Amino acid sequence: MTLGFNILVATALAYVAFLFFVAFVAERRAADGQSRWLRSPYIYTLSLSVYCTAWTFYGAVGYAARSGLEYVTIYLGPTIVIIGWWWVLRKLVRIGRAQRVTSIADLISSRFGKSNTLGVLVTLLAVIGTTPYIALQLQSVTLSFAAFASVGDGTAEVDLNSTALWVAAGLALFTIVFGTRNLDANERHHGVVMAIAVEAVVKLFALVAVGIFVVWGVAGGISETVAAIDQSKIAAWQVPTSKWIGLTFLSAAAFLCLPRMFQVLVVENADEAHVSTASWAFPLYLLLISLFVVPIAAIGLSIMPAGSNPDLFVLTIPLSQGQNSLAVLSFLGGFSSATSMVIVAAIALSTMVSNHIVMPIWLSSQGSSAVVSGDVRYVLIIARRVSIGAVLLLGYLYYRLSGGGSALAAIGLISFTGVVQVLPALMGGVFWRGATRVGAISGLVVGFAVWAYTLFLPSFGASAGFGPDLMANGLLGWSWLRPQALMSISGLDPVIHALLWSMILNTVAFIVGSISSFPTPTERLQGAQFVNVFDHSTRAGGFTGGAPEAEDLLVMSQRILGGRDAQNFFHAAARKQGKDGYLPEITPDFLFSLERQLGGSVGAATAHAMIGQIVGGNAVSVHDLMAVADETAQMMEYSSRLEAQSVELTRTASQLRDANEKLTALSVQKDAFLSQISHELRTPMTSIRAFSEILRETDLSTDEKEKYTGIIHAEAQRLTRLLDDLLDLGVLENGKVNLNVQSANLENVLDHALSAAGADRDVLIIKRNRTKEDFPFVTDIDRLSQVIINIVSNTVKYCDADRPELRIAVHHMGQSVSIDFIDNGTGIPKTQQDVIFEKFSRLSDHKSAGSAGLGLAICREIMLKLGGTIRYLPGQGGAAFRLVLPIEHALVAQ
Amino acid sequence: MDDDPKLPPVFLERASYRRRRLRDAARLWPVFGVILILFPLLWGQSGENARTTSGALAYIFGVWGVLICGALILARVLARPEKEERDQ
Repeated sequence: MTLGFNILVATALAYVAFLFFVAFVAERRAADGQSRWLRSPYIYTLSLSVYCTAWTFYGAVGYAARSGLEYVTIYLGPTIVIIGWWWVLRKLVRIGRAQRVTSIADLISSRFGKSNTLGVLVTLLAVIGTTPYIALQLQSVTLSFAAFASVGDGTAEVDLNSTALWVAAGLALFTIVFGTRNLDANERHHGVVMAIAVEAVVKLFALVAVGIFVVWGVAGGISETVAAIDQSKIAAWQVPTSKWIGLTFLSAAAFLCLPRMFQVLVVENADEAHVSTASWAFPLYLLLISLFVVPIAAIGLSIMPAGSNPDLFVLTIPLSQGQNSLAVLSFLGGFSSATSMVIVAAIALSTMVSNHIVMPIWLSSQGSSAVVSGDVRYVLIIARRVSIGAVLLLGYLYYRLSGGGSALAAIGLISFTGVVQVLPALMGGVFWRGATRVGAISGLVVGFAVWAYTLFLPSFGASAGFGPDLMANGLLGWSWLRPQALMSISGLDPVIHALLWSMILNTVAFIVGSISSFPTPTERLQGAQFVNVFDHSTRAGGFTGGAPEAEDLLVMSQRILGGRDAQNFFHAAARKQGKDGYLPEITPDFLFSLERQLGGSVGAATAHAMIGQIVGGNAVSVHDLMAVADETAQMMEYSSRLEAQSVELTRTASQLRDANEKLTALSVQKDAFLSQISHELRTPMTSIRAFSEILRETDLSTDEKEKYTGIIHAEAQRLTRLLDDLLDLGVLENGKVNLNVQSANLENVLDHALSAAGADRDVLIIKRNRTKEDFPFVTDIDRLSQVIINIVSNTVKYCDADRPELRIAVHHMGQSVSIDFIDNGTGIPKTQQDVIFEKFSRLSDHKSAGSAGLGLAICREIMLKLGGTIRYLPGQGGAAFRLVLPIEHALVAQ
Repeated sequence: MDDDPKLPPVFLERASYRRRRLRDAARLWPVFGVILILFPLLWGQSGENARTTSGALAYIFGVWGVLICGALILARVLARPEKEERDQ
């Protein structure tokens, strides 16, 4: 019937020794490289069971005995989260691996620009939120000891406090031995994980065994059990809506935010694929663990004496039925639940405390020399071990001071609510690039304050200053500040009330803070890294500038990573760069990977600061990065400018080629012109010379002399005219002509020009419309007359009609006037129409009397100078020229 | 002529397409779970819709089992190696 207390202690000690052995063997096998089965997804799933603590093992039954089915919300929340692994967990695990995250504080700090302020905040929050929970585990173990003692022979008086102390000390020892073996917190703690997996099996087995015993051994079958449930005080389904939703949300959030859960979910994760197995296996575990809770509670309520603690039904029912060995198994299950939680929580918290509180203080107190010369590794290990001890001591002190609360579950929910204050910063940091450090800090501070005011401090009652007066009337007598009825909304369960307000205000502060602040460049880089982790699981901002000695870095790394690991790392890096030996080039790449490696041991912020001290103090160089980006942009601009220049050069070259071709053509023209001129000059000169030689003969008649001097005179005149024309053309073409602009009437101009051209009635019939010609206009009258005379005299000379006729038609066209000269000859053939305005373009076939072919070329130049044009007008039945002139002459030449 | 390698293809082969839809299912499964879990809130505390704890127990653990089976199937199918690994 009875069970000696000493035997129980011996059993517990034997079990602990067994756990040490398991952990030891696992570490050995891992060291030997036989860790394949240690990395199985089922081990990972079992390690997640640290979610199920003594609160689950003992407390769930108590919870069910008090509130019916409400307890399942605590397990439905995590079920939803892990079934929805594709949303959140997958991303968290990837980020954890890519950034070598060591804790949830490290993740938050790293995301928001490696901010140590945030690291400290999250660490404090985690410590404050977890300490009561550790106290709870110690309490459950001592209570279970006491439960045995009370049904025992009573010879052994149980000192609860010393039991708790011994348990705490034993847990600290285990955690220190297996939790700080390797300093790289990002590496798997094979021994710890293995021990936890074993404990997971033990507690599940124990609870299921008790459940089966209760259903079939005590109640007598399923239908009897159902009947017992229906007759118990929890028979009716009555769960308030706010609690059903609120607690499910709370447990789902806590599943992600609890330091110990983050430790096993993300930090200890060996392979992303394990999450997918856990997505169904862990819900199955949760289902099995909560399956027998209601039956045990209902049967316990019916068979146990009134007033017995329902939190201990799991233990007391087998004891009351005389099932001692089952009771011991149950005790071991509860013991396992408590110890595994405490161990993992202590590891997680000690990592946070040492990386975010102890190391930064130590670093700043030692200055930069310490990074190289001080024994960082030693300091780090001591810091971590002391932190473990401190965390457990805190838990013990809390247990002593609180005097052991009555309902286990209450503390659990208070603790959950505190820890989930990290949720907005965590989710925002992972999914929203706009989240900033300022937002995260404000959210955390606000959420923490609301939680402390509405839930945490009131749980201490009057001793914390939250006496009945404050609870009833609010702070400073303001009733809307009543801790459990903010804004005078009363009637809610205190936990749901605190959760609602803290989450709302926390999220609002987080969002407002993020939107209204501007992130530093490091934050923006890290934000992109975290949010888009699947796009580029590579790098954060690196180091540039100052070249530290590789040796200094090696010395520092040896102190953190240990001699052999650091040397291997440096050697591998050097080999990758194609160098021999242990000192690689200090490239940003190398610094980046070294920082990440060190970050696995001391956290991202500390690693960054340490390398920063060696590299030259100025860390991430975000501004350097910007400068690099600027430089790149400049180079790109420069190269594009070069490209533009080369295009321009090509264009210039082609222009030069064109110009060259033109010049060549002009030179050819010039040669042709010169030979033409010589020819034109030579012809009259030849006749003049010939006839003057004849005149030297003395025997010439007067008539003959008269005739020959006439010829000479005519030829000399022709020569003079040719030279005049050439001079005229030269002046016009060089643009050095002075126009004598004056006002005149077109009719008068035409009259004058026609008579000057010798177009008398007997030579040429002129057809004019004098009314249209009668208008004044302004131009250089002499030059215009020259053009008209040229055209008319050409008609006189070349018109081949029997009765030559010239029609002059004048048209007004707005600001200009056109004057057409149309004769009734055969006109100019189409092939020659293009060239008649060129120099020396005399129509070859015709009587070329007295013309050098310069007339129309001169006309064209004059019209150009007058701001008008002269064109050949085809299709008029004979030769036709059209002059177009502006009525108001603009001084084109000037 | 050739496609820009940086741009994901507009249409996928049958296998990749199937895989994407399975990922969609993996994303939607917890949503479905939440809806099922919220269902008991429609039961009144009293009156003709009221349920007993044992009835609610059966419902919740039934839903739980369904969710686990679905997650198991999805995890198994998604864990199969694929040729073209491209996240979304």
